[in-house]
Amino acid sequence: MKRTTLILASMLISGTAWADTAYEAVAFVDGAVAESLTGTPGDAAEGRKVMESKALGNCVTCHQVTAMADVPFHGEIGPSLDGAADRWDEAQLRGIIANAKMTFEGSMMPSFYKTTGFIRPGDAFTGKAATEPLAPLLTGQQIEDVVAYLLTLKE
Amino acid sequence: MNANAIKAMLTSAAVVALSCGAAVAEQEPAPGVLVINGDIEITTEVKAPDYIDGLDMAYSGWRFRASETQAFELDDFDNPGMIFVEEAQVVWDTVDGSEGKSCASCHDGPESMKGVRAVYPKWNEAAGKVTTIEDEINNCRTTRMGAEAWDYNSDTIRSMNGLITLQSRGMPVNVAVDGPAKETWEKGKELYYARTGQLELSCANCHEDHYGDLIRAEVLSQGQINGFPVYRLKDSVLTGVHNRFKGCVRDTRAETYSPGSDEFRALELYVSSRGNGLSVEGPSVRN
Ligand code: HEC
Ligand code: HEC
Repeated sequence: MKRTTLILASMLISGTAWADTAYEAVAFVDGAVAESLTGTPGDAAEGRKVMESKALGNCVTCHQVTAMADVPFHGEIGPSLDGAADRWDEAQLRGIIANAKMTFEGSMMPSFYKTTGFIRPGDAFTGKAATEPLAPLLTGQQIEDVVAYLLTLKE
Repeated sequence: MNANAIKAMLTSAAVVALSCGAAVAEQEPAPGVLVINGDIEITTEVKAPDYIDGLDMAYSGWRFRASETQAFELDDFDNPGMIFVEEAQVVWDTVDGSEGKSCASCHDGPESMKGVRAVYPKWNEAAGKVTTIEDEINNCRTTRMGAEAWDYNSDTIRSMNGLITLQSRGMPVNVAVDGPAKETWEKGKELYYARTGQLELSCANCHEDHYGDLIRAEVLSQGQINGFPVYRLKDSVLTGVHNRFKGCVRDTRAETYSPGSDEFRALELYVSSRGNGLSVEGPSVRN
């Protein structure tokens, strides 16, 4: 029993390792990324969790989302994400989450899939130095999940 | 027109400005007047210096805090930072080191420090660099008292800085940015706009482009340092400038600089200059 769990867990870990597209290989066309980062369809409910979690996307620190009104304290740094799916298609949303600076030049929004090219990269929030490439802020699947949730935001 | 009518007019103008200003990123804080102990008038907003391109007006962090937090500063009996100032008063008079001297042996009372906080960080010809009040305190300890330097970020040095700062309360911050300090100032400016860490955020992203906006549950201020040392309600101690900088840099998921590093000295000079004209307000109270 325990053994099966272990094998499953290791399959999962190695599974993400080779299924995720490396950041360098992500094709941005006018900021949009047409191809899935993992090949596995996103799960909107998981995506919502990623968006509210301080440790993961932390999206509500900067954005308001009416559909997430149960989550306390939404920031006002970025625009409200209400109706995001009316303004952007799936490929554009994937591109914005993977690296918003490809769509909005000089954006304050963090690049959630980028792994190299930082100034004084740190080891998470420890203040200590870290060596690139860093693990991206979100995994490929977490980004797919967030995209799936954003696609539900229609007005 | 009497003073009250003018005040009412100003208030309603500010409300209008706020409501139509919603589209622009940076937002003016609500009007507010700070007078400490019913006596010391604090300038909490002033036209920003010409050499600061990104700001029209400079505002003290006090203006962005909730009224309950603001209230702590109205009277020194309610200001928890004053406990540390009292502790420093004792240290001021205490002999330490091989020369048998205290601060008081050379400087008499702490009132002799009036005006000091307003002009630091400042070029020091002997040291050949820009120094902070912490540096000057340690310089006295090591070269004049024969005592050991205090850790740059120690409670003792922050409290002593609080006592020295208090003597300049209400005076305008007036650090020099030209002459021999120019090079350090330029370096500080570069650091201010550098987008550090995995989140690629600069000081300006938060404190120039988005002051007045909520970042999750907190209203961003301009990150001014006229109020330092700051008593933070959530830490229950006085915080020094470099310690605050370190926390903000860490929050960008970056490798931080250390308190007392040349980088933070330069950044302190630059950030001070962004608030030239605001009153020295420390020890202030923030959440
Ligand atoms: C530090 C602030 C910040 C964080 C964190 C952040 N964003 Fe953004 N985001 C912005 C800003 C600012 C813009 C506006 C684009 C611009 O001009 O830079 C934006 C734009 C967007 C847009 C396009 C806006 C539109 O028109 O609908 C989407 C979608 C978006 N963000 C989603 C997210 C998601 C999902 C997350 C978390 C995984 C996130 N953001 C995290 C700041 C942020
Ligand atoms: C991700 C956003 C963010 C970044 C980037 C950031 N800060 Fe802050 N900073 C905050 C928040 C939030 C606070 C607490 C609320 C306030 O006072 O603005 C704060 C507070 C401060 C304060 C205390 C102000 C007071 O009145 O007590 C100073 C000083 C400061 N920041 C300076 C800086 C400097 C210098 C940098 C760059 C090295 C920087 N910050 C980068 C978010 C940020």
